[in-house]
Amino acid sequence: MAEKKFTKEHEWIEKSDQIIIVGITEFAQDQLGDIVSIELPQVASSFKQNDVMAIIDSVKASSDIYCPVDGEIIEINEKLLEHPELINQSPYEEGWIVKIKPNNPEQIDSLLSKEQYDELVGQSKE
Amino acid sequence: MRSPFFKNHLELKAKMVDFHGWEMPLQYSGIIDEHKNVRESVGLFDVSHMGRFKIKGEAESQIQHLITNDISKIGDKQSIYSPMCNENGGIIDDVIVNRINSNEFVIVVNSSNIKKDLSWITKNVKSCEIQNVTDDYALLALQGPKAENVLKDAGVEQIENLKTFYLLEAKLYDIDCIISRTGYTGEDGFELFFDSKQVQVWEKLLETGTKYGIKPIGLGARDTLRLEAGLMLYGNDIDETITPLEAPLKWTVKFETEFIGKAALEQKKVERKIRGFEIIEAKRVARKDNKIYDEGKEIGIVTSGSFSPTLGKPIGYCFVPVEYSLEREIKIDIGGKFYDSKLTSTRFYKR
Repeated sequence: MAEKKFTKEHEWIEKSDQIIIVGITEFAQDQLGDIVSIELPQVASSFKQNDVMAIIDSVKASSDIYCPVDGEIIEINEKLLEHPELINQSPYEEGWIVKIKPNNPEQIDSLLSKEQYDELVGQSKE
Repeated sequence: MRSPFFKNHLELKAKMVDFHGWEMPLQYSGIIDEHKNVRESVGLFDVSHMGRFKIKGEAESQIQHLITNDISKIGDKQSIYSPMCNENGGIIDDVIVNRINSNEFVIVVNSSNIKKDLSWITKNVKSCEIQNVTDDYALLALQGPKAENVLKDAGVEQIENLKTFYLLEAKLYDIDCIISRTGYTGEDGFELFFDSKQVQVWEKLLETGTKYGIKPIGLGARDTLRLEAGLMLYGNDIDETITPLEAPLKWTVKFETEFIGKAALEQKKVERKIRGFEIIEAKRVARKDNKIYDEGKEIGIVTSGSFSPTLGKPIGYCFVPVEYSLEREIKIDIGGKFYDSKLTSTRFYKR
């Protein structure tokens, strides 16, 4: 399994061949609490880095999910439409959100490493 | 500020939140889980942040002047819910007045309004002793169909004979306690007033309730429970710019009594009302201040919105023109997208 990268907005990405898998982090799902719905993007739609590509509603808050890199959505996790709680239960596995074909794979390199992300959420916890 | 049970919440690994200056538990096991636990068995809430004032002396007629409901309808050891209005009929707060006896009353107010209410009450109730006893008493709520069983097992005698909105002075374990059969969840339940030094009561109740599946419940589930039950939240649904007649609180306004704001309420034409709404099909959750549209025209605003764990769909309350009746279809703007919704009663859940 490839090493994960992270964004400041609490998305994780994992590179696999020419595509990346995107989800939200354990920290993010814990902060949101019980997730009750998700609006997913259309397959084949394109987003720029930091565009809002999905919206998650938990009981207590609504949260935008940002596209971590420029790219095209090639697959969405349709299971989440019926079972959004999978994001709470398994944010890094069954709760993945979209698969993207990046336009500029070098953007991935500039995302946060695990250490950098852990430091970030350590700070924002205080 | 911290409740007497602050340490218990930390031990239970509650997610804490700032609530009007109080560090209170938002959730323990999760809002949906806690919510269902209260509907199905029993939950324990720390509501020690609610303000409490003790009024001693010849206060009855003066309290009547403060509230829109009819205090003469209750006798000793009874409680009454009522808005407290300003001269314009706007709601200063919604409170519960507990009548201990003809010379002693305890008023329970919203934590966000403690200061404001105390000065309003002090201004309007003369020749009585008015004491802010918020810090002297702990306040716990025990809510759910098994709440009575827990109190019975905790040694409270005669609890099965206590009627809704009545008070009982009893021993809870070996502690002096005032118990009212009231709550903010739409379930049967109780609120327990006792000396704030008796912090062991929290753990004891959780222990006694174990066989009924008791769980501690945070403010998150308290909000979804009250929302399903049609109960207003001060600061969200009601405030000083809103009258009880615009809110679903007409039943609390007794025009045969004399109270501050009566003239304004008699004269003012009601043009908008709080209604319930549910979002049809989509599961997006509307939040406070989302706008309501009808045929492209903005007609109202969301005052409370969340997800109903019982119904499994997004619900809420909104302000709309009074002629918008139940079942009418409207659209709610959530983040620039319009979601088909319909107006409903504010009472989404009845036990």
